[in-house]
Amino acid sequence: MATAETVAIIDYGSGNLRSAEKSFARAAAEAGTGQRILVTDDPAEVAGAARVVLPGVGAFGDCRRGLAAVAGMEAALEEAVRRRRVPFFGICVGMQLMAEWGLEHGRHAGLGWLKGTVELIEPADPALKIPHMGWNELRLEAAGAAHPVLAGLDHGEHFYFVHSYAFRPAERSDLLATVDYGGPVTAIVGRDNMIGTQFHPEKSQDAGLRVIANFLRWTP
Amino acid sequence: MLKARIIPCLDVKDGRVVKGVNFVDLRDAGDPVEQAKVYDAAGADELCFLDITASHEKRGIILDVVRRTAEQCFMPLTVGGGIRTIEDVRRLLLAGADKASINTAAVNNPDFVREAAEKFGSQCIVVAVDAKSTAPGKWEIFTHGGRTATGIDAVEYARLVEANGAGEILLTSMDRDGTGIGFDIALTRAIADAVRIPVIASGGVGTLDHLVEGIRDGHATAVLAASIFHFGTFSIAQAKAHMAAAGVAIRPTGP
Repeated sequence: MATAETVAIIDYGSGNLRSAEKSFARAAAEAGTGQRILVTDDPAEVAGAARVVLPGVGAFGDCRRGLAAVAGMEAALEEAVRRRRVPFFGICVGMQLMAEWGLEHGRHAGLGWLKGTVELIEPADPALKIPHMGWNELRLEAAGAAHPVLAGLDHGEHFYFVHSYAFRPAERSDLLATVDYGGPVTAIVGRDNMIGTQFHPEKSQDAGLRVIANFLRWTP
Repeated sequence: MLKARIIPCLDVKDGRVVKGVNFVDLRDAGDPVEQAKVYDAAGADELCFLDITASHEKRGIILDVVRRTAEQCFMPLTVGGGIRTIEDVRRLLLAGADKASINTAAVNNPDFVREAAEKFGSQCIVVAVDAKSTAPGKWEIFTHGGRTATGIDAVEYARLVEANGAGEILLTSMDRDGTGIGFDIALTRAIADAVRIPVIASGGVGTLDHLVEGIRDGHATAVLAASIFHFGTFSIAQAKAHMAAAGVAIRPTGP
């Protein structure tokens, strides 16, 4: 390629961007994709990026406000992800923001890219702790097993989670994988050019790097 | 299902490992980053740095250690020791720590936990609870490495920090720390059963059975150990194999 493709990791004051940046750079190097990994709060960079990553930690409402506070960023996301349909990766709260609504500390509008709400995890077993924190094993739905970003993952592969709220997609076909935590909890959602993981691929050692590398090669 | 976590902890002073692995093949065995890489490759579930740097001037060094670790280890990292202000927490998280473990500052001012949790999210605020037995079934919070009594009941304190937004409790028995005779199981269970947030058991691990007991009997969801791993007594893989054989669900290591 003449110029390296840019993968924009959106900086809106949320998330451990250093880990995200380094893990994507490592995966790009290992996959030999030659992409430029760019952490940016510049809407123009995001609007023109070849791939977009939205990280996020903390509360849903705070993250949405933080995103809205970067002038032009939501419009840039719409441009890149919805109009130009470049590959999009949402991580943790960045994935939850794809929903219509988040019910953490009140009711907050999400980006509304996928139908459904983000709700408190309520395992029936009181011995199960909240937040759901640690390594849990993936259960791939049929749509997930066939998804290029999840290629090479075994059913039962472990990823690192830390969250108290989870996405409940309204459309069954948007659900790519779950984990069991007193019942199924959404682990991966996706539709068209968009994918999002509740777990932190940048904190999930080799399995996480594999997902990131798959995303960097993905042509939806 | 969710797996019990094994968390090796490295004591770091002035940017160097004080109590750490005696790996002969390391280029620089005193470099916490080199040791972090070993634990990462070994399949540790998380890593913890405890910064015991005494002098204020050298406190910034840990940030560089965290930065270099986060560049090379793609695993969860908790950093504790000397965190006093919101700015301390922010700097650690920006350097690449996933969680900040707050100890004395939380005892002195429980609102600090609330403020930190509101600012950065509960998921990254760990409260380190150092407790000592004062009577059968009673434990008190101690600060300054177990030297200073506070008169605060440990179980009540755990509930308080949970209410203030802590996402996790790192519970250390000051009676057991460094003894190698096992966790204070009664303490661990009393705290773990009193709160809904995850509890990491710490202090006293000397054998692999102790790790099992912390989860099975103490109801902790994670176990932290220093010496048994650092001195090469046991490997992470041995610990996991032992726990799995005892019926504790763990994440298998390696391919």
